[in-house]
Amino acid sequence: MPGVKQLAGREEMMAPGHRACAGCLPMTAIRQILLTAGKDTVCGCATGCVEVVTSIYPYTAWRTPFIHNAFENSAATISGAEAAYQSLRRQGKVDKDIKFIAFGGDGGTYDIGLQSLSGAMERGHNMLYVCYDNEAYMNTGIQRSGGTPKGTATSTTPVGKVRPGKQEYAKALTDIMIAHNIPYVGQATAGYPKDLSDKVEKALTIEGPAFMNVLAPCTRGWRYPMEESMEIARLAVDTCFWPLYEVENGVFRVTRKPKEKKPVAEWLKKQGRFRHLFKEENKHIIDDIQSQVDENWDWLLKREEMTRSEAS
Amino acid sequence: MRQIDPDVVAAFPITPQTELMHKFAEHVADGDVKSEFVLVESEHSAMSASVGAAAAGARAMTATSANGLALMWEIVYIAASCRLPIVMPVINRALSGPINIHCDHSDTMGCRDSGWIQLYSESAQEVYDNILQAIRIAEHPDVLLPAMVTFDGFIISHTAEVLDALEDGEAREWVGTWTPNYSLLNTDDPVTYGPLDLQDYYFEHKRQQIEGMNHAPRVIKEIGEAYGKLSGRSYGLIEAYRTDDAERIIVALGSTCGTSKVVVDELRDEGEAVGLLKIRAFRPFDEEAVAAALSGAKAVGILDRSVSFGAPGGPVHKEVKSALYGGGKTPPVVDFIYGLGGRDINREHIRGVFEELKPVADAGRTPDQNIRYVGLRG
Ligand SMILES: Cc1ncc(C[n+]2csc(CCOP(=O)(O)OP(=O)(O)O)c2C)c(N)n1
Repeated sequence: MPGVKQLAGREEMMAPGHRACAGCLPMTAIRQILLTAGKDTVCGCATGCVEVVTSIYPYTAWRTPFIHNAFENSAATISGAEAAYQSLRRQGKVDKDIKFIAFGGDGGTYDIGLQSLSGAMERGHNMLYVCYDNEAYMNTGIQRSGGTPKGTATSTTPVGKVRPGKQEYAKALTDIMIAHNIPYVGQATAGYPKDLSDKVEKALTIEGPAFMNVLAPCTRGWRYPMEESMEIARLAVDTCFWPLYEVENGVFRVTRKPKEKKPVAEWLKKQGRFRHLFKEENKHIIDDIQSQVDENWDWLLKREEMTRSEAS
Repeated sequence: MRQIDPDVVAAFPITPQTELMHKFAEHVADGDVKSEFVLVESEHSAMSASVGAAAAGARAMTATSANGLALMWEIVYIAASCRLPIVMPVINRALSGPINIHCDHSDTMGCRDSGWIQLYSESAQEVYDNILQAIRIAEHPDVLLPAMVTFDGFIISHTAEVLDALEDGEAREWVGTWTPNYSLLNTDDPVTYGPLDLQDYYFEHKRQQIEGMNHAPRVIKEIGEAYGKLSGRSYGLIEAYRTDDAERIIVALGSTCGTSKVVVDELRDEGEAVGLLKIRAFRPFDEEAVAAALSGAKAVGILDRSVSFGAPGGPVHKEVKSALYGGGKTPPVVDFIYGLGGRDINREHIRGVFEELKPVADAGRTPDQNIRYVGLRG
């Protein structure tokens, strides 16, 4: 696994000059992922912020081959490209080793693209699907997605007189992908680049389908100053709101266990989208979120314990 | 499809397309083809995977019907705008709802403006011939557009017919190998497919796409002739059957053309000056040839196997009528909506259509009631 310094010395596959906001962690994540993957990688992306800021004709920020098809079919599109590769390789028309990565935002993954993702994983294509999870439909103006946390203020779940933001918890997407019994599932964040890169390296080395859910804060949608992106991403991990772990052939491994588990309120209070939760009448929502975080974290540790491989 | 042996075939079952898919699956299982067969979880993904495969430089095919095509709709447009020469048999079936598995043309008519070439087939023989030609048309460097070869569900898809097929080697040589200009797999010279294309370029790209379609009539003719040399069966965009001196002409697509030819022959034997204009290529639509074939007629009857709700007639009717406009002599035109949801159309019905055209021909003008229904109760 390459170290951060080695990665920094590699050729950038994401060109500078794309149109993302300063402090955009989805773009940071993708840059890190491409540094790990290298040039012989075919990338696809669902409609969303990343596609929109990287591929405004006649420019492109992708130094790898790239395809955008539609909002809900990044996985299906890349599975077609990968099928083409298998076919042409078998016929001796391509001889290189090529990797395949499909990207999608949380909207394109948790919601509208879930079916095509599920299909691609079930069929066993040799590809990595990366959900860059900024927890809302950012491209269309910060609407709630199935990945938006409970209590979040978005433009479709605004804070009103009777509803203080989103009512439901986020869908457990990583668990849904684990239930597909694919060889590799990882949860990471751009806030911990070495951890992210190690997981990508593994996901791309393992034969068969791999999935990664990558938390990627959005300065606009989460309402915080752009220079705080990395810190906020790390706080999500250190509060155990977004645990870093991987599941390799059914074996769980938590890749970062915070020395001191911080209260989730520390993460929430940094972001404008949760400001209303700190009003007296909404404090119970923070308690709810905290108890869910605790439960999930305990369950994760238990699963790690239960599936610990005999060898280790 | 076995003879074409595409690099990638993505498919999802829907009646009546299933027959084709099962057959192809058998060829995959027997190792007759080297295709990568991707059994996707929906038609939306079938078209999406075809786009991914074609962008990666593969010869890609899929097939569907009705609701399957409707679910693909979004990506049908994208395939054309990416200029990917995907070839797709569409086995015509009525669109839901109510749900109905039998033939009409509402599915393919619904995407007539998607930028795909559309070839309609009269018989199983034509399905075969059209698919082999569609590959060459779609991949032609002056065209580079996807093509659908349509044929009538059950009427053609589920009946046994004698088929004159090319030898495997001949067919393979005919379709040749496909070398795209751009491939996602060329990592040394990376390309970006499907970028965001705003006010400053989208229009020009659409214009280029139109240009590809504008070249299609010439290419379809050239390939139709070349195929004729190989197989003895030549094709054009339309087929004018005994129209030269015809006073009454009906215009039709698909399997109904076969039945209509029989009726035309019968009526000719009875001394009546009737003819059939078969539209093989609905997209591109050969306006000039259609006008030329019809301008001598005293009355024209259009057989439309789909509806265009709220419009003055079905899609074929509108197209033919606009072809006639401004071309000097414009015969009166009556639209006959028929066969929705698989309602049978037989020789008697077609005789009836010619019968109804008699007073129109005599009057020499389009009647007030110019949309009629064939084989409809009540
Ligand atoms: C079928 C379809 N529905 C809706 C849209 C509009 N749309 C484009 S991007 C987007 C949201 C993207 O959100 P997400 O996937 O979370 O990515 P982000 O923009 O946050 O990066 C929506 C709703 C679309 N392009 N296609």
